[in-house]
Parts: sequence; C-alpha cells; structure tokens
Amino acid sequence: MMWEIIYILLGIGIFFNLLASVGLLRFPDVYTRLHAGTKCTTFGSIFIASAAIAYGLWRWYDGDKSMISLAIHSFFALIAILVTNPTGAHAIARAAYRSGVMPKKAVTDELGGKND
Amino acid sequence: MNVFMLTLLFIILSIIVAMIRAILGPTIPDRVVGLDTVNTLVIAGMILFGAAKNEVIYIDVSIVYALLSFITTVLIAKYLEGDKL
Amino acid sequence: MLVFIGTTVFCFILWLLFTFNGNVWQWDEISAGIIFSIIAGAISRKIVIKEYKQLSPKKWLLFIAYLPRFFYEMAKANFDVAYRVITGKINPGIVKLSPNLKNNLSLTILANSITLTPGTLSVDVDDEKNLYVHWINVKPEFFEVSKECKCKYVCSTFPDWARRIGE
Repeated sequence: MMWEIIYILLGIGIFFNLLASVGLLRFPDVYTRLHAGTKCTTFGSIFIASAAIAYGLWRWYDGDKSMISLAIHSFFALIAILVTNPTGAHAIARAAYRSGVMPKKAVTDELGGKND
Repeated sequence: MNVFMLTLLFIILSIIVAMIRAILGPTIPDRVVGLDTVNTLVIAGMILFGAAKNEVIYIDVSIVYALLSFITTVLIAKYLEGDKL
Repeated sequence: MLVFIGTTVFCFILWLLFTFNGNVWQWDEISAGIIFSIIAGAISRKIVIKEYKQLSPKKWLLFIAYLPRFFYEMAKANFDVAYRVITGKINPGIVKLSPNLKNNLSLTILANSITLTPGTLSVDVDDEKNLYVHWINVKPEFFEVSKECKCKYVCSTFPDWARRIGE
C-alpha cells in the first residue's frame, strides 16, 4: 500500500519535471521559458520531496528509528526550494529586462520606456 | 532495482534536455534560465539518491546546494543588470 | 532584546529539528545548540525580524491557513502551463499592477505568490511599489477593467492575504 502512494507521488514528480524541460525547449523567449522552468520544477520537486518524506515516515513507523531524520531533512530541502526558486526567477526576469531582452510576440508592454 | 533510482534516471534525462537549452540559448538570460532549472533538478535528484541509499547526508548536501545555487543565480542576475558586485 | 530572544529561540528550534535522529537528544547536543543559536541570534537579529509585529502568533496562523489555497492555485497553474507547453498557444505581455501594499514583506509574499500561480511572473517593482507582471495569456477584457480592479482581476484575493499576513 505504501509503495503505491510513493509510486504515484514519484510519477507526478517525473511528469512535471520532464514537462519543465520540454517547455524550456519549446517556448520562444526568456519570460515564457521562465514560466515553464520555475513553476513546473517547483511543483515536481514538491512531489519528489513528498515521496521521500512519505518513505522516511513509513520506515520510521516500521521501527527504523533513525529514518525520521530523512523525512525532516527532506522537508527542509523542500522549504529551501519553495523560498529560493521564485525569488531567483524574479531576479533573472528583472535582469533580462534591464539588459535589453524584450518579450517576443508581446501584445502589451506597460514597462516600456522605464528601461534605465 | 530501487524505484528511487529509476526516478533518478528520468531526472537525469530532463537535466540533459535542460542542458540543451543552456547550450543553445541565443541570449545570456536564456542560458541562466537553463542553469537555474538544472540546479532545481539536481536538488530533486540528490533527495532521490539519499532516499535510495538510506543516507541522510545527501539531503543535507542538497539543502546547502539549494541555498548556494540561489546565491549564484542572484549574483549572475546582478551582473547582467550592470551593477557592481 | 525581544527580537534577539525570538531569533535565538527560532534558531534553537531549527537546531533541535536538524539533530533529531529518533532518540532523545544528548546533553552535549543541546548545550552546543544553545551556544550556536545565541551566536547566530546576536549576529542576525537585525536581519531576520524587522518589526515586533512579525512575532505575533496570529500572523503565523494566518500564514498556515494561506498554504492550502496557495497550493490549490499552484496546481491549477501547473496544468495551465502543461496545456500551453503541449499546444503552444501563448499570448504574452507585461502589465502593470498597483496592489497598494505598504511594506516590503507583504510585497515579497505577493510577488512570490504571483510567480508560482497561474500564468503570471513578476518582473520588476518601482519606487511607488507598483508591480510589473509578465502574463502568459493576456485576455482582451483586461484593458476594459478600471485601474483599481486590475490587480483583483489578475491575482484574485492574493493582495488581501498578503496585506493580512505582512502588515
């Protein structure tokens, strides 16, 4: 029973991580690539870390006491990903705009003219 | 074969696909986006490897790697903006 | 002083969680943790907690109550991106939002939430705390909405949550 839950979590994680890299190849410019590269990897990594947490908790429940630390440390790695990933994406997007890379095929650009 | 190791193979596949973008990328921000994605995938891979080998030390390394890769990304972004480091 | 104690207790709890390995902690682990968390609290007391209001437990409870809603929006966002990766239908643009938030913490929460939720990615912020957001699918109706409602149109109730948690 526990293995099935872990299989499902890992499957969702693989799906979104592969989707992120495919989106990275398919999208036309930096900003849309950031959409794929940030959202999908964060979401996929949440599920992969959840699988590790579930595995650690299950082994701990089965009597292997030191495996609880695997769950706790995976949880902290998850929080580190959740906090740092969107902030890094924001930094890249701002740097791309300030270094003069304009969005392709844009219908509107209300930031235009403030590029100093 | 351990299921975590099998997942790790798929993660390595997506790292390779993301590296193609980092190599091709016409502009420098494109390459940075590719590298940022690779960093996140490496963190996920380290968690999987730690779970496969039942070793906590790999997950500790992944926490430190996450924080260091964030600092790297912010530094490259600052450099692209033209500020002094 | 209260800030210093808050930071030290926070660091000590983190230390206890990191060193827990299934058994009760040994005395040497606890004493080393106390020493290191006092050092870390003395160094970083001005960075971690800027106002006394952040220490109130009500804010933390609100933050925890915010997480399920945030996760729901994030799942929606990912299926949206999956749809756009597979079909290739995009209609991107950069729009300006005025969320009327006062301090930096709430603005950070809002910007990070925007980045992880459907179709939007925060690009820049100016001195009047207006956000510039890259939107992957700009709808034509957006230009007919009045200036005050634009923020609500793009990111639904997130500004209210950010205001309640951060200010």
